[in-house]
Amino acid sequence: MNSTPLLVTRGLQTGYRSGGKKLLVSAQLPELTVKAGRLICLLGPNGSGKSTLLRTLAGLQPALSGAVEIAGKAGLSSTELARQISLVLTDRVGGSNLNVWSLVALGRYPWSGWLGVLSDADRDIIRRGIDAADIGDLLDRKVHTLSDGESQKVMLARALAQDTPILMLDEPTAHLDLPSRIRLMRLLHRLAREMNKGILLSTHELDLALQVADEVWLLQSAGPLHKGAPEDLVLEGVFEAAFEKEDVHFDRATGVFRIYPEGGRRIRLIVTATARGAMAEFWTRRALQREGFAVVEEEAGDAIVIGEQGGRPIWVLDAGGAGRQYNSIAALLQALDHLRLP
Amino acid sequence: MSIAQNRTADQAPSGLWRWAGLFLLLIGALLLDLSAGAVRIPLREVFHILFTSSAGDETWRFIVERIRVPKACTAVLAGCGLSIGGLQMQTLFRNPLAEPGVLGITAGASLGVAAVMLAGGSMATLYAIKELGGGGSWMVTGAACLGAAGVMLFVLMLSRRVRDNVTMLIIGLMISSITIAVTSVWQYFSNPEEVKEYLIWTFGSLGGVSGGQLLIFTITIVAGLVIAFLSSKMLDALLLGENYARSMGLTVERARLVIICSTSLLVGSITAFCGPIGFLGIAVPHLARGTFNTANHRILIPACCVIGSILLLLCDSIAQWPGSQTVLPINIVTSLVGAPMVIFLLLRTRKLKPF
Repeated sequence: MNSTPLLVTRGLQTGYRSGGKKLLVSAQLPELTVKAGRLICLLGPNGSGKSTLLRTLAGLQPALSGAVEIAGKAGLSSTELARQISLVLTDRVGGSNLNVWSLVALGRYPWSGWLGVLSDADRDIIRRGIDAADIGDLLDRKVHTLSDGESQKVMLARALAQDTPILMLDEPTAHLDLPSRIRLMRLLHRLAREMNKGILLSTHELDLALQVADEVWLLQSAGPLHKGAPEDLVLEGVFEAAFEKEDVHFDRATGVFRIYPEGGRRIRLIVTATARGAMAEFWTRRALQREGFAVVEEEAGDAIVIGEQGGRPIWVLDAGGAGRQYNSIAALLQALDHLRLP
Repeated sequence: MSIAQNRTADQAPSGLWRWAGLFLLLIGALLLDLSAGAVRIPLREVFHILFTSSAGDETWRFIVERIRVPKACTAVLAGCGLSIGGLQMQTLFRNPLAEPGVLGITAGASLGVAAVMLAGGSMATLYAIKELGGGGSWMVTGAACLGAAGVMLFVLMLSRRVRDNVTMLIIGLMISSITIAVTSVWQYFSNPEEVKEYLIWTFGSLGGVSGGQLLIFTITIVAGLVIAFLSSKMLDALLLGENYARSMGLTVERARLVIICSTSLLVGSITAFCGPIGFLGIAVPHLARGTFNTANHRILIPACCVIGSILLLLCDSIAQWPGSQTVLPINIVTSLVGAPMVIFLLLRTRKLKPF
């Protein structure tokens, strides 16, 4: 894989200038690099400056200090820049009477002549973008009639038609339903690998990002930017620490956020040899956490034994000396609920 | 993908027959305009006068050559200019109801004209200035263009803080009222003769432009149209909004300036020579988009020119109702024709979609 950096930052500080005052959004950032063939996810809570960083890297707004070098050069002209970086933004495009084909074709803007006449080569590239984003059946639709998911794909096709080594997307998964989110992430991952693009996207989808990202940049409100392979960041406890500040608990063992605070009641989970390796343990643990139990390994008052009977899991609740058997998690939870009553 | 591959000629001017139809309509409207008027001249005679030099009815020849041909030329130029001005405003402000008249730009041009006509109460009237020939016309045109550009810059500045279409239109109307109020104050302190001249000018007329003035008018309009056509790629990019336009390599500030230049030239000179003419600017771009089903400005700009010319020629023909001795002011006719069209547009689209 080609590892020449497409974009490098030097001592970058992002923010806004208002009057004579500088309003910092980020602290001094470490050296950030975007490499070909790599997918980078920019994570961080609302207001941590994800969009500002993205806009600064893309040249939409000036940096407060430091420089962004693209293709080995700083201070590119607007056309040169547009030939290096294409964007998918959160801006809504209504487009008076604009149809999908024309919108995608506008991606050729930095390459076409001063009247914007398209050559055959331009059309080939547009077609490739359309195929890659799989929007062939939308071409005659008016842009304002598209759904959010369709619109996102169309804007991606436009960015692909711009044919740049770097592709940046600002929260591309917002407003999308779960299957569309997964499809989009899969597509971006493929684009990075197959078309050797350097892709940078900001997102709130931590679990998706952990799965597809080659690298994660984690921004914190008023904190340093952490970067690295997602798995490294998890193991180093960076995620946990970052989100603890936001009063959200990231569970390193499962890689998901815990919505319910760990409760005071402790319960032990025992898995019999026959049921080991089945998924029952994982989902039982989730259900217990939702009910406010702390699942512990050591000896506690009550215990649940997961066994197996006829290929199906069964749960035995060992509480107060009596052992009763349940066939579903729902029944088990109900029994636990009754136990709680005096 | 077969669908994608079939689309090769998509961006080429779609539907030659549409252009052919429009040009036929244009010729029809032109002939109708040439034959209509207080003196009705049969079409055959109009042809005869236009294409032969042999003597026919001398009066008719004089009327056609000296009055109606310049008036038709003015109508075509003003039709083109107003429509293109409207198209540029709609794209620049990303607002389907933007138009020079609505956003106060025509009012700005009027203020410029009023400044020249009423200045100090001692300046000569518009017609007297026009009598001075080239210099005076340039002065009025220049003042009108400056007035238009000034208001436009101001509106544009405000529009960056306002995202809502309706709010923007209301701000435009307010600026329009302020400008008109300033003009009224000026009128109030001017002597009645000048005010009367000014009032007549506000009704609008396509007939007052001839000879040297027509030359000046043509030069400014053509300049504005050429700039507009050359900026069609910029206008296309602006359809996606400023951020996307910038990301595609457009220098948005420069593009704005170019578009303001073009619109000010067009609206300023039309307002100076023909008076404030409303509604064409809103209606024509929508008609052009509907006819060619495109948002591509390389097609929309010529389309707006042809459709705008046809409409203004028709309005002018209506203004000189056949057989009638009186001529209605053109502004009244465009309002009567244009306002219902805008209402129809609103009813059809139901809500103001942001671009």
